[in-house]
Amino acid sequence: MSQPEIFTDARMRKRMRADKRFKFYGFAAIALALAFLVFFFVDIIGKGLPAFQQAEIQVEVHYSDATMNNYNNGVDRQYKSLVSKTWLRHIPNQMRDHPELMGQNRVEWVLAENRVDQFLKGHEGHRLKEKYQKLINQMQEDGTVRLVFNSGFFTKGDSKLPENAGILASAIGSIFVLLLTMLFAVPIGVMTAIYLEEFAPDNRLTQIIEVNINNLAAIPSILYGLLGLAIFINFMGVPRSSALVGGLTLALMTLPVIIIATRAALRAVPDSIREAAYGLGASKLQVTWHHVLPLAMPGILTGSIIGLAQAMGETAPLLIVGMMAYIPEAPDSIFEATTVLPAQIYTWSSESLRAFEERTAAGIMILLAVLLTLNAVAVKFRNRSENTW
Amino acid sequence: MNSEVIENTLTIRDLKLWYGDFEALHGINLDIQKGKVTAFIGPSGCGKSTFLRTLNRMNDRIPSCRTEGEILLNGQNIYDPSVDVVQLRTYIGMVFQKPNPFPKSIYENIAYAPRIHGMVKDGPEMDELVESALKRASIWNEVKDKLHQPGTALSGGQQQRLCIARTIAVKPKVILMDEPCSALDPIATAKIEELMDELKEEYTIVIVTHNMQQAARVSDYTAYFYLGDLVEYADTHTIFTAPTHQKTEDYITGRFG
Repeated sequence: MSQPEIFTDARMRKRMRADKRFKFYGFAAIALALAFLVFFFVDIIGKGLPAFQQAEIQVEVHYSDATMNNYNNGVDRQYKSLVSKTWLRHIPNQMRDHPELMGQNRVEWVLAENRVDQFLKGHEGHRLKEKYQKLINQMQEDGTVRLVFNSGFFTKGDSKLPENAGILASAIGSIFVLLLTMLFAVPIGVMTAIYLEEFAPDNRLTQIIEVNINNLAAIPSILYGLLGLAIFINFMGVPRSSALVGGLTLALMTLPVIIIATRAALRAVPDSIREAAYGLGASKLQVTWHHVLPLAMPGILTGSIIGLAQAMGETAPLLIVGMMAYIPEAPDSIFEATTVLPAQIYTWSSESLRAFEERTAAGIMILLAVLLTLNAVAVKFRNRSENTW
Repeated sequence: MNSEVIENTLTIRDLKLWYGDFEALHGINLDIQKGKVTAFIGPSGCGKSTFLRTLNRMNDRIPSCRTEGEILLNGQNIYDPSVDVVQLRTYIGMVFQKPNPFPKSIYENIAYAPRIHGMVKDGPEMDELVESALKRASIWNEVKDKLHQPGTALSGGQQQRLCIARTIAVKPKVILMDEPCSALDPIATAKIEELMDELKEEYTIVIVTHNMQQAARVSDYTAYFYLGDLVEYADTHTIFTAPTHQKTEDYITGRFG
């Protein structure tokens, strides 16, 4: 035994083993959590990435009187089932807009039907008929079929035909709703917090308010939907499914989060700063406005952003106020029927066509990217607030 | 007390103070002399800081705090409902225990109060006021090249002198100092004490201190507080050489407290 007795003591070794075990449990927990996360990302990205590509085929398009009468005459019969119906239907419109096309036969790259798209991407369950599979294989050899970047996904609204479905309408809806939520929730929330923290007397009433605000932050979000339905739609007559009612409902849901975060930020401002300002004869308003708020601002922004990010990903309350709807066109105003990104994802996920599955995953990717960006901004603000005073 | 006629700046008559049900001050009577340094000494919890804070109504911020009695500033009771606290505090400034500069530039620290009180406009006039306040607080030479750097980057002693300059900039008549040196090292303390000596020509200074040597060094008058009572108040020399009360003697000789 070269080591002194103290290092080989049995109790000591037992303690060190316990330490190691404890460390291992923590490590295992993190590894498990990471594994779930990786699995989730691999699954979503694996499914969603193909949605950013879209099949096109090269066909001869006939701009003729026959096509004007029946758009099915726009392409040769054998290709009719390979091109997207939306595109076919659109030919007469295009001829009306561009009369010079009349009488021409032009070879063009056109949007392919979703079964062709799925077949080209090699997905199981593409349901493309045998004879068309052969035709596509032939066309592949001729180079008259290709996969291109799916710009339609970002420039179109929802559609019952997956090759024509995009996220634009729901993304614009989300922006409308989020802006409205911000407009209602942030000023009201921040002012409430300032009042409670800086002005309100500490009595039974404010204590009851405080307990209730903390409770509100924890209640299931669907209840806010019911509240929104009762107050905004039934009582105040705000149009159903509109961005306005969605924004108001989500503002209700976000308020407690913003109030709690703002109060914490205000409380973190050292009292010595308030005393310094009061000692110089600043009024309560000046102390709050010139000294406390600027110092609390990063914390307030962090809380607000996290609250808004939460609102952005919320679906349940919007279900109640009728925003889980089929909305093919982006809304022009806050009073029109609107849907939002998470609702769009939900709608697509319940569609049966295989091509919608990858669009669902792609929608999730977009939503996740936006949420991650918002949270990154929040973290940046939080780090900036860790300065000294 | 002195036989010569001295103009009183602050006259405190039968001041009582409660925190909720707890009576923290039991009827204080005191005259604070103009252009002198008055020190409040006493063991922890004796009410000396509380009393200091009543002089510019900083205790208004504590909801459970309630006072009775009068504090007369040039014959006017500062607890009268017609008194504007904001104006009162420009008249009676305060320096705190822990240096608490605003997390802004040195210049902004000084310029803030004159600006909100509309004393001078931004520009050359303000530059002049900032410079004179910093000079008055003998910190100008140390900060004149970095006026636009944060005040919080200065050392503790410099921060405290910056806070004094900030108070001076409002041109108060009385400066209250709540243990201004307790967070500072001996050299920084010496600088502040030197500064107090210069400032008393222009301002009435009231200081709370734990440090009896400091009270003996800087003050002209000393008040000894014990458990919410003003035990003894006299000129500093008398208090430290021939106190009338046994309690005072016990405290200053270090037998107690």
